[in-house]
Amino acid sequence: MSEQVVDKRRRLFLTAAATAVTGVGAAYVAVPFLSSMNPSDRAKAAGAPVEADIAKLEPGQLIRVEWRGKPVWVLKRTPEVMAELNAEGDYLRDPESNESEQPESCKNSGRSIKPEVFLAVGICTHLGCSPTFRPEVAPEDLGPEWKGGFFCPCHGSKFDLSGRVFAGVPAPLNLVVPPHEYITDSRIIIGSEGGQA
Amino acid sequence: MKKIIIALCVLLSPQVFASSGSIHLEEANVDLSDKASLQRGAKYFVNYCLSCHSAKQLRYSRMAEDLAIPPELVEQNLMFTGEKIFDGMGISMRAEDAENWFGVNPPDLSLIARSRGSDWLYTYLKSFYIDESRPFGVNNLLFPKVGMPHVLADLQGLQRAVYKDVEGADGNTRSVISGLEIAQAGRMNAEEYDQAMHDLVNFMTYMGEPAKLERQRLGGKVLAFIFLMIVIFYFLKKEYWKDIH
Amino acid sequence: MSGMLKNALCWMDDRFPVTKVWNEHLAEYYAPKNFNWMYYFGSLAMLVLVNQIITGIFLTIHYKPDAKLAFDSVEYIMRDVEWGWLIRYMHSTGASAFFVVVYLHMFRGLIYGSFKKPRELVWIFGMIIYVALMAEAFMGYLLPWGQMSYWGAQVIVSLFGAIPYVGEDLALWLRGDYVISDATLNRFFAFHVIAIPLVLVILVFMHIVALHAVGSNNPEGIEIKKHKDDKGVPLDGIPFHPYYSVKDLVGVAVFLFFFALIIFYMPEMGGYFLEHANFIPANPLKTPDHIAPVWYFTPFYAVLRAVPDKFLGVVAMGAAIVVLFLLPWLDRGVNKSIRYRGPVFKAAIVAFVISFIGLGYFGMQPVTPVGTFFSRFFSIVYFAFFLLMPFYSNLAQDEYVPERVDEK
Repeated sequence: MSEQVVDKRRRLFLTAAATAVTGVGAAYVAVPFLSSMNPSDRAKAAGAPVEADIAKLEPGQLIRVEWRGKPVWVLKRTPEVMAELNAEGDYLRDPESNESEQPESCKNSGRSIKPEVFLAVGICTHLGCSPTFRPEVAPEDLGPEWKGGFFCPCHGSKFDLSGRVFAGVPAPLNLVVPPHEYITDSRIIIGSEGGQA
Repeated sequence: MKKIIIALCVLLSPQVFASSGSIHLEEANVDLSDKASLQRGAKYFVNYCLSCHSAKQLRYSRMAEDLAIPPELVEQNLMFTGEKIFDGMGISMRAEDAENWFGVNPPDLSLIARSRGSDWLYTYLKSFYIDESRPFGVNNLLFPKVGMPHVLADLQGLQRAVYKDVEGADGNTRSVISGLEIAQAGRMNAEEYDQAMHDLVNFMTYMGEPAKLERQRLGGKVLAFIFLMIVIFYFLKKEYWKDIH
Repeated sequence: MSGMLKNALCWMDDRFPVTKVWNEHLAEYYAPKNFNWMYYFGSLAMLVLVNQIITGIFLTIHYKPDAKLAFDSVEYIMRDVEWGWLIRYMHSTGASAFFVVVYLHMFRGLIYGSFKKPRELVWIFGMIIYVALMAEAFMGYLLPWGQMSYWGAQVIVSLFGAIPYVGEDLALWLRGDYVISDATLNRFFAFHVIAIPLVLVILVFMHIVALHAVGSNNPEGIEIKKHKDDKGVPLDGIPFHPYYSVKDLVGVAVFLFFFALIIFYMPEMGGYFLEHANFIPANPLKTPDHIAPVWYFTPFYAVLRAVPDKFLGVVAMGAAIVVLFLLPWLDRGVNKSIRYRGPVFKAAIVAFVISFIGLGYFGMQPVTPVGTFFSRFFSIVYFAFFLLMPFYSNLAQDEYVPERVDEK
């Protein structure tokens, strides 16, 4: 077809350049589309730190606060419960909370900043159900050993009143304690720690 | 044919399609990269507009970020109590109350700069004049029978209309407004007020499309890249088409 | 590596005709070698279609087809969604770009006689695509739920009310309510995002299958299949790939340059691509001072307004579109390309273009006596162009028509 000799190297180079520029262009175009599926500003706004007022919280009472669309429990524990939690927990999988997620300030047996006030994200670490609050001691369905805690109705995982998971249940980790801090004695900011949102 | 030519002449003269009662719009000279102006504009907007008009599409947090105002300052100076930094700019006035007071519900201003245009807003804010026949004692050259009081009167002062006689097409002379002059001084002189309105309109333009500055900044890079594509594709095409005779 | 690829291709070919399709439609599809720049618009229309589908999918992720939420959800996309503004502008600019490209593509077909035998069906499928595209654009324009969305839809749906006997019921059935409302928005959404795009894709497929069966026309109007070499390859044909694929890449890049220029620097295009009044939420109690359809509908809107009777106006507007379908049978000229059709046809084309653009201009303007006069005048020219075509199309045509591209 052609009388003149085709400069193969030039053709190859230009083809490679065209392929490269198309590839780079396509990659750049993909960025806005893929990142448009990230949480939007509205979702981030809904994920902003929330405040909980615990002035009226009675011992033994649990309130639920919504943070990032998830339930956060705020529980005021009684001195009896505190004594129980400090005891050796050989029925627990991770009593020292070495594997679980909690702020540094909550890495203690009560898993809390103030011993009596316990906060946890109320989502089971197994498959994401929300466990029920079962403070009563030795109820019929949970057996005589039950000293109060959280029970997940979906797959039967059990947690104590510090959100620590029992050994031998499906849930692998203790409940998550969200980052939080006290602005005053009775007001907690959830989702913020040391000024960081 | 003659009819067509006449019609064409009429058509090409600019007045025909200008909207009725049009007055010349002054240029707002919007500059979205002027952060100081936008910050001043935000202050005017919050102090003078936001008591009646909402701007619900704009989050305070977004404004803080785009205008480089620390969020604490926004919370202290630009927000009403009870609002959160992530909220849109709302008002506490209820729609029914507004309708009782003004006859209409003051519109949300989030997109006003896009529907009216920046120059329109700038001219509008400078065109209030005393008209005792109106409920709030003022009228507007650009927006006759306007329902809004002149909330910026303490800055601008009040203007009065200057009339002149014009001979109409029917031969009768009519008195029309030829301009406005200050009747009662405000806290600002004319130049300061113009600057303030420039800032305010600048902010409202930003508010209409917060991504505009980013959009224009990105445009140059995208066009440069596509230009590179054109060059490479052009030479590729030329190379292949050497085969074709 | 290449051995493995070859094996994989063989495996595929035994089960699915990859190589066969590639050859038939690209590597061994022979296109005339004399395409000019007017031939870019077909592939560009495909590009814009893909752009509309992809940006549309990503907009659907965030958009809410609910009268209470729609307007705010568009602003949500413009402000809160990462890069949402870019995707939205690509879609809104793409809508106008689609019509720019399609109008030029149709004009190309008109002047080079690409609708003439044996390509009548290519033209008919193309016309159906055009009508589907108008429906797609019209329904899409309701979705932002601004003032223009609302009142534009109100006016256009009311047109159906002009049809005798069934009109009012038909309009009611289309709206699903007594006015444009949430029900209308929801069904327009369904049609806009799934029903019509599906139809469009199928029609585009048929358009291309029909084209590849008969082969492409060219600016000289030469049938390249008449002269083949001993292997059956047209002498004036070149393989689409790589020659036209690399050539179309240049067209694509140039198009993208202007497309990006609009998206990044003038997405509203002075109110032609995004109308100013559409930044005001729909208000069923207050019509904007001046309503006009988006620019690509205005030629037909001007025809509508040129007729002083409601029903006949709708008929005229419909006829202005229907007459385009008849083009292959109205044109009785022997020669295909405008290059060999003589002064009468050339003058008719010029008159047609002026009247079409003129109608488009006056369709945008408020009603004035001057505007109505010109709308009527141009409407007459528009219809005369088509209806008188059987009589003038064969006048004073060139005697000489080349058989081969390089013939001098």
